[in-house]
Amino acid sequence: MKITELFERGEFVVSAEVGPPKGIHIEHLLEEAKTYLSGITAVNVTDNQSSVMRLGSLATCKALKDEGLLPIYQLTCRDRNRIALQSDLLSAAMLGIENLLVLTGDHIKLGDHKGAKPVFDLDSVSLLHTVCKLEAGEDLGGNKLVGEPPKFAKGAVVSPCSDSLDSQLAKMERKVRAGAEYFQTQAVYEPEKFIKFMEKAKQFGKPVQLGIVIPKSAGMAKYMNDNVAGIHVPQEMIDELKADKEKTKAGITGVEIAARIIKECKPYCQGVHIMALGWESKVPDLLKQAGI
Amino acid sequence: MLITQLKAKETIVSLVEGKKIFIINCQGCKEVHFPEEEAKELQKELAADGKVTGSITTDYICNPENMKLRLEKHMSEIKAADMVLVFSCGVGVQTIAEYLDDKMVCAACDSCRLPGFQGVTPIEYDCGQCGECYLNLTGGICPITACSKSLLNGQCGGAKNGKCEVDPNMECGWERIYRRLEKVGRLDALKCPVQVRNYATDDEV
Repeated sequence: MKITELFERGEFVVSAEVGPPKGIHIEHLLEEAKTYLSGITAVNVTDNQSSVMRLGSLATCKALKDEGLLPIYQLTCRDRNRIALQSDLLSAAMLGIENLLVLTGDHIKLGDHKGAKPVFDLDSVSLLHTVCKLEAGEDLGGNKLVGEPPKFAKGAVVSPCSDSLDSQLAKMERKVRAGAEYFQTQAVYEPEKFIKFMEKAKQFGKPVQLGIVIPKSAGMAKYMNDNVAGIHVPQEMIDELKADKEKTKAGITGVEIAARIIKECKPYCQGVHIMALGWESKVPDLLKQAGI
Repeated sequence: MLITQLKAKETIVSLVEGKKIFIINCQGCKEVHFPEEEAKELQKELAADGKVTGSITTDYICNPENMKLRLEKHMSEIKAADMVLVFSCGVGVQTIAEYLDDKMVCAACDSCRLPGFQGVTPIEYDCGQCGECYLNLTGGICPITACSKSLLNGQCGGAKNGKCEVDPNMECGWERIYRRLEKVGRLDALKCPVQVRNYATDDEV
């Protein structure tokens, strides 16, 4: 199933993210996904997230699909040129993976193989364009595909609380024109900024899923403020996380904060995307508190 | 070494369509081959259409001090133009774009690499000598050398406070491009078709 069908029906689409391990055993990942994420619509699988080498996104998507979950295949431009990317897209379609989330990808310098060659032969926009070409039965080199072409739900990302909002909106527009059908956002901690962003993004007419990262501690919040682009955790939230250390450690405070953000933003968006970063077990409670 | 060659005539004609232009030729360094005759011919045609407010032919425009001195006498002609069209390698175009930061500065040439000794003017601008030059889509800031990922279709999500995710001391190239296009009133340049880089420059040289 394509998640675009759900957006079309007006459903509030909930997805969450899992990161494959650095190894070949995914029993734990599958177990957690089945236990905590089977109640939601779809599960994103990251593609060597933060430029850290891991088990492949496509293989993990297939394993999740076999367990009855609906995977979203994240695909970045950092590690593969246009030939490898197109080949992987065909592989995904052959395996019945229908949902894509296309990203440029973090730079190699952020990861654990700093001496690797950054590829970026394509970027998020030209990759979306490439997917559309494949769907029309032709590859990027202009060669015809044999048989029925693949068909995907094409997702992309946007950073609504970025300090370069104008430039981000311009990029979002380019993604829409290149074929993006839905968007997932960077983590939001400032609902008022997100709402303002949505007022401007409305013109593109594409569904947007609010990005949520459950804040685990005051230290994590401060780290994100210093190091992660497009994220600013307000001081009041950091104070809230500091106030009761035990409660924060148990995840109660973080879930409360995240649920509040979802509630505030829900009327303005078409879904929510949760990046639990190992706290998958908290997802059901979060959704319950958020009233979803 | 590098070779500069004129972009296709139709590309240049459509670029300057409906605009008054000031032309700068750089026949500068010995390390660069400049298509002198072809440039002259094309500029004659552009001038015949009454589009040219003025032109200069100079050398080493990549040297900012030299460039400023040369341009000084022509500022009224430059002011009268909607666009400055530069016939030089990518470094020259970038140097002028930075100086004339409220003008749309465009490249009339592509720069192709040749093995061997490079130009020697020490400067912060870098030309990737890619073959097809993208400076006309970006207000004269090079997306290949000013962006860590050499992105052609806009800013990634990795800039924080206007700085690149790779190096906090480096300004995000696409942030600079956006601001420049905003300043020259050409944000419409961002609505260009999807760009896919062509690495097959060997055939074109």
